[in-house]
Amino acid sequence: MTARLMQGDEACAEGAIAAGCRFFAGYPITPATDIAEVLARRLPQVGGKFIQMEDEIASMAAIIGASVGGAKAMTATSGPGFSLMQENIGYACMAEIPCVVVNVQRTGPSTGLPTSPSQGDVMQARWGTHGDHPIIVLSPFSVREAFDLTVRAFNMAEKYRTPVILLMDEMIGHMREKVELPPPETIEVVERVITSVPPEWYKAYENTPSDVPPMISFGQGYRYHITGLFHDERGFPTQRLDEIDPWIARVFRKIERNLRDILIYETDQVEDAEVVVIAYGATARSARHAVRLAREQGLRVGFLRLSTIWPFPERIVAEVAERIHRVIVPEMNLGQLALEVERVVGRRKVIRVGKANGEMIAPREILDAIGRG
Amino acid sequence: MSERYEVRLAGKGGQGMILAGIILAEAAILDGKNVTQTQSYGPEARGGASRSEVVISDGEIDYPKVTQADVLLCMSQEACDRYCHDLKEHGLLIADSVHVERTPDNLAVEVPLTRWAEETTGRQITASVVALGFLVGLTGLVSRQAMEAAVKARAPKGTAEINLKALAVGFEQAERLLSSRRGR
Amino acid sequence: MVVKKQERESLVHERYLRHQKKFPHVWCAGCGIGIVMGAIVRAVDAVGLSNDEVAMISGIGCSGRMPVYVDFNTMHTTHGRALAFATGLKMVRPEMKVIVVMGDGDALAIGGNHFIHAARRNIGLTAIIINNNVYGMTGGQYSPTTPTHAYATTAPYGNIEQPFPICQLAEAAGAAFVARSTVYHARELSRFITQAIQKEGFSVVEAVSYCHTTYGRINKLGSAVEMMRRLKENGVSQRAFERLPEEERADKIVRGVFVDRDIPEYTQLYDQIIARAQQAVAA
Repeated sequence: MTARLMQGDEACAEGAIAAGCRFFAGYPITPATDIAEVLARRLPQVGGKFIQMEDEIASMAAIIGASVGGAKAMTATSGPGFSLMQENIGYACMAEIPCVVVNVQRTGPSTGLPTSPSQGDVMQARWGTHGDHPIIVLSPFSVREAFDLTVRAFNMAEKYRTPVILLMDEMIGHMREKVELPPPETIEVVERVITSVPPEWYKAYENTPSDVPPMISFGQGYRYHITGLFHDERGFPTQRLDEIDPWIARVFRKIERNLRDILIYETDQVEDAEVVVIAYGATARSARHAVRLAREQGLRVGFLRLSTIWPFPERIVAEVAERIHRVIVPEMNLGQLALEVERVVGRRKVIRVGKANGEMIAPREILDAIGRG
Repeated sequence: MSERYEVRLAGKGGQGMILAGIILAEAAILDGKNVTQTQSYGPEARGGASRSEVVISDGEIDYPKVTQADVLLCMSQEACDRYCHDLKEHGLLIADSVHVERTPDNLAVEVPLTRWAEETTGRQITASVVALGFLVGLTGLVSRQAMEAAVKARAPKGTAEINLKALAVGFEQAERLLSSRRGR
Repeated sequence: MVVKKQERESLVHERYLRHQKKFPHVWCAGCGIGIVMGAIVRAVDAVGLSNDEVAMISGIGCSGRMPVYVDFNTMHTTHGRALAFATGLKMVRPEMKVIVVMGDGDALAIGGNHFIHAARRNIGLTAIIINNNVYGMTGGQYSPTTPTHAYATTAPYGNIEQPFPICQLAEAAGAAFVARSTVYHARELSRFITQAIQKEGFSVVEAVSYCHTTYGRINKLGSAVEMMRRLKENGVSQRAFERLPEEERADKIVRGVFVDRDIPEYTQLYDQIIARAQQAVAA
């Protein structure tokens, strides 16, 4: 495939198609609308379906319904819409319905700055819906990675029967960049595990050895029940602790035991570093720029770029922090993932470089923090 | 760090600044370079401030925004007032004299881009393409061949010809300016 | 072999209910919801559908529990959003009959927006709205169909809001089929639901019920039997209603099919979109 200029939102949409997404429901919102526009055109071309719903609550509901019907499904929104989706994201967690939710972050709170980037939804992506639940959140730093992580998001959603959140930001969503997409035959696409037992044996929420019970879509002769209530292995409501506790343990376990697959990150020059910059999303670009400038000045600075931000990759963060004095965490908020870094690195100094005014953090600002003792 | 070349195209919504940035970026790709194009704009589709930034490099581009512009194109007075300070020392400031009355720098190249566009194609909207031809003609940032291909690819249906004409005028005017300076 | 009516009836229950699993149900003794459930499974039987091709989707509230008891593909969703979940399912499984069961609060307050837009799209779902004029499960708060002046736990001085006319709302929003009956007129209700299921496009059946546990108690309307008797007395056909003098119309519940029109169904239209898009790619 040849190199071309592509927007992050478009790469996300194409990644969805490549991953096998065949249903999209969404509601117009800057800066995520471009994803809907591309998929409105592209999905029917591949036999998939697009629908513009009446709001984001309905969009989130519709993709869950479609996923239950057997389609790989996605929605895309930004802050205000993401807030509205939270209840049904929780439903997808509780009912273990695979789906991908894209949030192209803009500056908030409220309507904020609709056309400006932000990373203000990091904690909302983790804890936005009520109740305890695991969640996977990926955050791309380039147009190419928007494509790659969308594919990975679908793969993880299907593999682990869970909603996956792709946390983009306006900068990556609207930016155009030279990109070469991988040839379709080289892209790993994961399909959900379908049950092989006859209907009378099927338990939609069985405690299987893999911790991920096989799924079957509606209309296939397996008539089971799905609910947002706590449920037994067959999906029927329960209040029995001996049924609730194993469920909670299993849904956390299915993520925790697969961290090797789920956690995506990249380290650069951390071996001899005295200072490490940890960044994700668009800010990782400023950070890498700053690290290069610092190295040119002879400073021993390393870089850890996180593509998976939830579950928080605490082992690698602790590891790179072990031999150093200072960690710098730039993010387009006033310190959200920095809280996790602080939790993990013990007594090492964590310097936050935060900005929540719609401006991207400039390399110079990170360089200053590196220079600061 | 490999050489970055930063271009900022600034004007008002509806003047085609964002599309111009896209065309320039696509031309850079045709020349085998790395490129990013970013933008910022207000809520209004027409009339508000609009800015498009293109970073071109042979190496990887990390920070995609302009730090200090090598070239600044101003298609409105507001854009000129706001961005002229971010220009690199000895950077190139091109101002459309039809829309910009005051430039801060007596080294600015003030030329009537919009008038050239009107005279050539009869359409003001092609001023952004005239500007691209002029800008690339002065800087040699990308090849003319790549610019022509990019304009052709992005021009709205049925307008390839007039846009190529607009581009050509930009190049011609740049050539004229360069030769007059050489002659001096 | 001729199956007697009574035997056939028991076969319907045998076939469509998860009788061995989840009974007794959660509803109060005397509640009308069970009658609506019976009307639905009889309608499914009358249409001749297999269990596998039916999906029942519900929201939250007393009606939300119905899918537990029926042996279909069942989904108990979030409050007000059943139609939106059902829309996604219907889009990818257009061959399935998707029945959406909601209460009045569920369908018209928190889910009101989804209701009018599902109707506007004319997507092939069957919406059964069980209207008991109150939030029953949460204990008797006023709903969008609580009559003006009636009492509720959140309207201790009387309700000052107007009730939504469900059928007129559905009609104005674009539904292909709209009917109303009551849980007293159970056979008719089942017949209307049969017609609704067979209709291509968005179909709405308002099943007028009651809640003696909350609304009846607060408004001193008596037992379930009393409230059922009121449905019997007040539920009149369209024709009978038109013959009534103005002063006798006030408390009447008009029963009948109000809308039955042919409008292109959404998933079928979308198939045309796919054909168009694929033609464009091929060209």
